[in-house]
Amino acid sequence: MSAARERVLANIRTALNRTGPLADSVTAVLDARLENPRANVKPAVDGEVVQQFLSKLESVHGAVVRVATMEKVSEAVDAHLQQNALSPELVVAPDPLLEDIPWSNRFAIERRAAKGDDRVSVTAAFAGIAETGTLVLLSGAESPTTLNFLPEDHIVVLKVERIVTHMEDAWARLRKERAKMPRTVNLITGPSKTADVEQTIQEGAHGPRRLRVILVG
Amino acid sequence: MQSRAHEFKQRSATALLDPELKRAMGKAKGGFQQKRRNAVDALPEFEALRQAAREIKEHTLHNLDFYLERYERAVQSAGGQVHWASTTQEAREIILEICRNAGAKRVTKGKSMVGEEMGINEALEQAGFEPVETDLGEYIIQLAKEPPSHIIAPAVHKTKDQITDLFHAHHQKYGLTDRVTEVPAIVNEARTVLREKFLSAEVGITGANFLIAETGSSIIVTNEGNGDLTNTLPRVHIVTAGIEKVVPTLEDVSTILRLLARSATGQEMSVYTTLSTGPKRKEDLDGPGEYHVVLLDNGRSQMLGNEFHEMLRCIRCGACMNHCPVYQSVGGHAYGWVYPGPMGSVLTPLMVGLDKSFDLPNACTLNGRCKEVCPMSIPLPDMLRKLRQRGHEQRLTPFRARAALGLWAYFAKRPRLYQLATRLGMAVLGSLGKRRGRFRRLPFAGGWTDARDLPAPQGVTFQTAFRKRGSQK
Amino acid sequence: MPSSNENGALTRPHVGLFVTCLVDLFRPNVGFAAVKLLEDAGCTLSVPEMQTCCGQPAYNSGDATNARDIARQVIAAFEEFDYVVGPSGSCMGMIRAHYPEMFPTDALWRGRAARLAEKSYELLSFLRDVLGVECVHARYEETVTYHDSCSGLREMGIKAQPRALLGQVNGLTLNEMNESEVCCGFGGTFCVKYPKISERMVADKVQSITESDATTLLGGDLGCLLNMAGRLKREKSRVKVYHAAEVLAGLTDLPPIGDPK
Repeated sequence: MSAARERVLANIRTALNRTGPLADSVTAVLDARLENPRANVKPAVDGEVVQQFLSKLESVHGAVVRVATMEKVSEAVDAHLQQNALSPELVVAPDPLLEDIPWSNRFAIERRAAKGDDRVSVTAAFAGIAETGTLVLLSGAESPTTLNFLPEDHIVVLKVERIVTHMEDAWARLRKERAKMPRTVNLITGPSKTADVEQTIQEGAHGPRRLRVILVG
Repeated sequence: MQSRAHEFKQRSATALLDPELKRAMGKAKGGFQQKRRNAVDALPEFEALRQAAREIKEHTLHNLDFYLERYERAVQSAGGQVHWASTTQEAREIILEICRNAGAKRVTKGKSMVGEEMGINEALEQAGFEPVETDLGEYIIQLAKEPPSHIIAPAVHKTKDQITDLFHAHHQKYGLTDRVTEVPAIVNEARTVLREKFLSAEVGITGANFLIAETGSSIIVTNEGNGDLTNTLPRVHIVTAGIEKVVPTLEDVSTILRLLARSATGQEMSVYTTLSTGPKRKEDLDGPGEYHVVLLDNGRSQMLGNEFHEMLRCIRCGACMNHCPVYQSVGGHAYGWVYPGPMGSVLTPLMVGLDKSFDLPNACTLNGRCKEVCPMSIPLPDMLRKLRQRGHEQRLTPFRARAALGLWAYFAKRPRLYQLATRLGMAVLGSLGKRRGRFRRLPFAGGWTDARDLPAPQGVTFQTAFRKRGSQK
Repeated sequence: MPSSNENGALTRPHVGLFVTCLVDLFRPNVGFAAVKLLEDAGCTLSVPEMQTCCGQPAYNSGDATNARDIARQVIAAFEEFDYVVGPSGSCMGMIRAHYPEMFPTDALWRGRAARLAEKSYELLSFLRDVLGVECVHARYEETVTYHDSCSGLREMGIKAQPRALLGQVNGLTLNEMNESEVCCGFGGTFCVKYPKISERMVADKVQSITESDATTLLGGDLGCLLNMAGRLKREKSRVKVYHAAEVLAGLTDLPPIGDPK
């Protein structure tokens, strides 16, 4: 243990009028608070959650297209490419959900982490949060984080049953479905932007210029 | 960072004469205020969230040692390392050591006010590394060799034309010789230049908006995506954070996040809210191989135990400065150190010394707007007043002001003498000012009459006139 | 003993008028306006002689000792009344919000300060919120704009009350200025300690006033009004400046603040 660590902790305890660590009886209560996290105030979400998710996402300039089945994803991706005059080269996250898609032969697909000059990535979302139109993406072997940031166009496939109401609901799912926290959890709400030049909003700062969500189901 | 807070008077006087600054600040102000207003109005639960957020932070601060230890344990079990630093000097040494061990040349940086506290860029440069700020605003002021003037909009004092000039001067070496004059082109040019830096850096340093004790995660909240490229691409990720940044759980952070972006930029959520927990896992295809957290005290534990502990609730949203008429007039650089505006006028004296920054808590009208908009309900005006009290006790107040106040108090505490003196004084002033109704100049009142006329008094005091009326009745 | 009406307010309350130092010295007319408004509303009025200032200049300069001494003086002079009322949100905010916190280690004075604080009000909000005054009998045929002084607004919640009362004045039109809630740059001793910053702030304020197209500026705090009137005159503006109480009481025969007789 470093001397600085002991010094900082001792200073904190002095400031809190204590001579040492908290008593075990107190830490037991605090540990219980950590182990059973409680939601605090959750804003009311009006109306139907999927609709709310879509309208919130669109309000932050996320483009959304809804398709009925996974089979239709390839078509939706193609439409996005054509709409933005992009060449059919995709880096697709090595996610089983995406691998099962019958991709059009038109695409040249690579499954890997991103490189600096990749144009279009396709990844799968862990959840969508209706409250704010936010996507939740987890890092892992099937979902390299760089795909969320380096390409110019980021296409995210989200199954409709993965939409939750509040951020807290996403955490509950995360705890339930994953044994431990992934290295990275990305909450993404719209395409990259900056207002650092005279407070003028400009999209496509360092991250993707366009965010396209394909909602399935 | 070296403090120049003692130069506030000169620096603010210079700033007031700068027409570019006035233009830049004028453009920013209305937008920040209106966007926040709209966001708050659209959220009926804002006050309830504010109350909950305050309770979360108070609870954490009351058990800060516990939560820091739990946080540290969680980071370690995710494979990361936690380094503690009492002082900025210790923090710099830790970071330089990590960079040396990484064999780094280039170090990319996400925006971090704690990094500014440490003066980490200067330290990295002196040690032979190439620090590159990647937030567009920070990048702009790094080129200009200036400190940030706002905690979330560091280049808010720069006009577009000034940025055009800076880019033109610094980007020719990359073969970018055209002058970029429009916002999209400016942003695009920064994207091009910085993309190379992101891909080649060995170390990435970010700040942290929050640390989560439950999971050992650090959180950054950004819009550009630069922070994410900084914490994902290099081999080593270093997080710098003040010890007050810890909150217990993901649920707790969710509550505060609902206040942060709304108060800062009027967004419901910033574009990227990113939780980093340890280094990349063995199955991961990308991410840093090492994850370090440098926890900085730098006076915070002192504040925890005194009348300024509520300042530790601050989440650095910038709402106080966006609504401060003094900050809007003089800009952030006048404050002379890392943190400007109302929150800076409290923090700077506590971190660099009241004797070296005495003007900061005094240069405020106590109009209370900062407290009104603070999402963490920090009583900023009350703290500024407490700092004035400290200054008065330490006899830091300039002699003339002290003497004038003493003389005034002598009379104010003696009502009969006061009424006699004021009756005579006002009779004289009233008759001198009768013709014009005001004074353009008056001896000993230059502070007033340099900027405005002094309306003349009616000539008779209310006390006198009222007694007279009473006796006539 | 005075009796109460159904709102719980006293029907003929004995009010101690806290004149405020600036009104006493610069603009007694505001004091007389307060007297008229309170008497018309059925109050019995006293003006204690043992008052000078609320102590705010000392308190805000960090001089807690002198501030406490002056606070004790005010408390002693006013605690006998049913209410303490003054034509300033700033001074009354001082008494209401800050007196009780000035005696952290003195339970006796803390109690006396708290009791005084509870019954202390700014004039216009007192008329409206406590006495329930609905109408005033005054005429003022001008377009006015209203500056919300900071302490009144944020410490005392004064915003709607003056507007409601001014709405009753015959001939008066209210044009709201932009940023009516932004500080005018007065700030007590601030304006002389940091004159350059104060100048910028009051110049910005004068711009908002001018852009409102009002012919008269009203407010509820004489400090701010002296500051803004002084700057308006310096910029050769023809906008007239009155304390809102003067207009409400119909006491506008006197030249506006800063204008010659």
